[in-house]
Amino acid sequence: MENIKPRHSLAASTMTEYVSTTPGLFPLPDWAKDDLSDLKGHQKGDLVSGDEGEEITAAYDEARAEVIEVQQEAGLDRVSEGQLRWDDMLAHPLAVHDAVDTQGIVRYYDNNNFYRDPVVQGDLDFSGDVANELEAAAELSGDDDLQAVLPGPYSLADLATDEHYGDDEEFLAAVGEFLAGEVDAFPDHETLFLLEPSLVENAPEDGVDERASEAIDAVASATDADVVVQPYWGALEEKVYAHLLDADIDAVGFDFVTDQDDNVYNLQEYGATDQLSLGLADGQNTLVEDAEAIRDRVDWVYDQVPVSEFETVYLTTNTETFYLPYAKFQEKLAVLAEAADLAEVKAA
Amino acid sequence: MSNENKDQFRPENHENDHFLLTTVVGSYPKPKWLNRAKELHQDPDHSFDDDDYQEALDDASRLITNEHERAGLDVVVDGEMRRNEMVEFFAHRIEGYEFNGPVKVWGHNYFDKPSVVSEVEYTDSWLVDEYEFVAEASDRPVKVPITGPYTLANWSFNEAYDDDDELTLALADLVNEEIEKLVDAGARYIQIDEPALATTPDDHAIVGEALEHIVADIPEEVRIGLHVCYGDYSRIYPEILEFPVDEFDLELANGDYDQLDVFKDPDFTKDLALGVTDVHVGEVESVEQIEENIKKGLEVVPPEQLVVSPDCGVKLLPREVAYGKMANMVEAARNVEAALDAGEIDVERGEPAPADD
Repeated sequence: MENIKPRHSLAASTMTEYVSTTPGLFPLPDWAKDDLSDLKGHQKGDLVSGDEGEEITAAYDEARAEVIEVQQEAGLDRVSEGQLRWDDMLAHPLAVHDAVDTQGIVRYYDNNNFYRDPVVQGDLDFSGDVANELEAAAELSGDDDLQAVLPGPYSLADLATDEHYGDDEEFLAAVGEFLAGEVDAFPDHETLFLLEPSLVENAPEDGVDERASEAIDAVASATDADVVVQPYWGALEEKVYAHLLDADIDAVGFDFVTDQDDNVYNLQEYGATDQLSLGLADGQNTLVEDAEAIRDRVDWVYDQVPVSEFETVYLTTNTETFYLPYAKFQEKLAVLAEAADLAEVKAA
Repeated sequence: MSNENKDQFRPENHENDHFLLTTVVGSYPKPKWLNRAKELHQDPDHSFDDDDYQEALDDASRLITNEHERAGLDVVVDGEMRRNEMVEFFAHRIEGYEFNGPVKVWGHNYFDKPSVVSEVEYTDSWLVDEYEFVAEASDRPVKVPITGPYTLANWSFNEAYDDDDELTLALADLVNEEIEKLVDAGARYIQIDEPALATTPDDHAIVGEALEHIVADIPEEVRIGLHVCYGDYSRIYPEILEFPVDEFDLELANGDYDQLDVFKDPDFTKDLALGVTDVHVGEVESVEQIEENIKKGLEVVPPEQLVVSPDCGVKLLPREVAYGKMANMVEAARNVEAALDAGEIDVERGEPAPADD
């Protein structure tokens, strides 16, 4: 690839920190599925609006407290808010925005899941919706490290329809600025995960890949926390990956559940950031991995890459976990926490 | 030109020379009292027991079969009164499946997505009792809808097989076994439902391979249909013409026939069961409107190859709306038949409309 310099990380010989976490977007506890469908209803117009009433808010508060406790009990190294209100999955931050009209139900990537098409009809100014959720989570997480989760700007723009900016480039930049503004209002957080499945599923073409990285850079610059950009459902095209490394981010995520060869290729050819996020547990299958097997997969990745040590390695599911039944989701969290502990022990 | 396979379902006293077979895709709104009966049955404190619930299911099956007869349909179904959901129902009857709780589809709509945890096996029949009951309750031919193996595999968690294709083919062999039993019981019209194909159209090859498994050793005269909905049909046509089925049942009214031209080139060599009423619209289309929709089908196939049906299962509609759509659909089909008899319909077939620009 011309003009793109590999960025091999020649990490110092400090010990790697293994951090068990998730990309967020959890399934609701089963009682909350029942209660909230009774309170909200099943139709398109019943989905979360951003100005929910007292009862619905109370149900979400209780569910949030529960999933935070579940993460703490599992022993995860980062606690996520859970994004339980995100009826529209990664499109949520726009779906609840005042300048956005939610229209038809559309398919969520290649899944049997659907979200409301967010049609942007005005300036994407500050919302604060996600910051409010994080404030609530911060109060519950105690001494544990809080992790914020957002869609990356490229994916969020890809999931939306623009009727206002009128130009793809301008729209992508506007979504990036909007997300940066949201991040700016976040309470203290240790890590920010930006989920970017569209970078794989609808890969940016020449030129757009660079602008996608610039938009990601804009969001990442709004926080002092470590920023992990997590693409999934495959590996990034090499040019997209190379451009992503130019953004001021701390880690790129690799979905090793879906694709091993191309992810390894990217790491071998272009190197990596000082931190690494490994999607090693399947967020879309009820088969619960062994912690040892996940630890072995970490070793396997090390065997493939020219870099022997990373500052931090995040161990996560490859995708969001809302696809799973609640009990299986809980089991996956426990396995990730255990796998990170095993990896630390082995490294020591 | 005659169509023996289709004509076996022609009523003896059919009023017109032409015959546009009228039928449904399968599901129908459940009577409210059946849902109430289910709640009582699930309530451990209530004395409404298994026998009571079975009686309610039997009554509902007779009632909806009869409702389809009253609407005038040539081939009837019982509206799938005994089935809860199109994957769950079968997963409960197949060895190797396990349930771990509900998962989200969209908003607060969930389904008990099952997991395949070991090799799938056929034990007791899935639908023979349902078929025999409906066949007994009606003098008309009965169609049996079965969720196809590709959808059964795709809408499950696969813990046991190396990949979904392998699971699909294993399930296809079980579907084949079930169809053999249905045919032994007298069934002559089977519809394989593969809605998952619409979400992953590039997988049409595995669906075709699964169908080869499904129809193995099934007698020629048994009519096999394939129902597909909500998709970009250009990605599966004309490849699907190679599938070993007699009929394709396609949703087209919902998109206002914007994809009709896809099927004009090359020639549609199978029977076309055309969706002529939109199941996502809560108003009953007029007889005249449905007649126009039926004529769209004649742009693709001659009358001998045309079957008339709603786009999809109608279970989400209010019951009176579902009935109204069936009744108007049958009336429209009979009107079009009469007009064809009288030589009043002149439809240019096989010519894709010129592009707008």
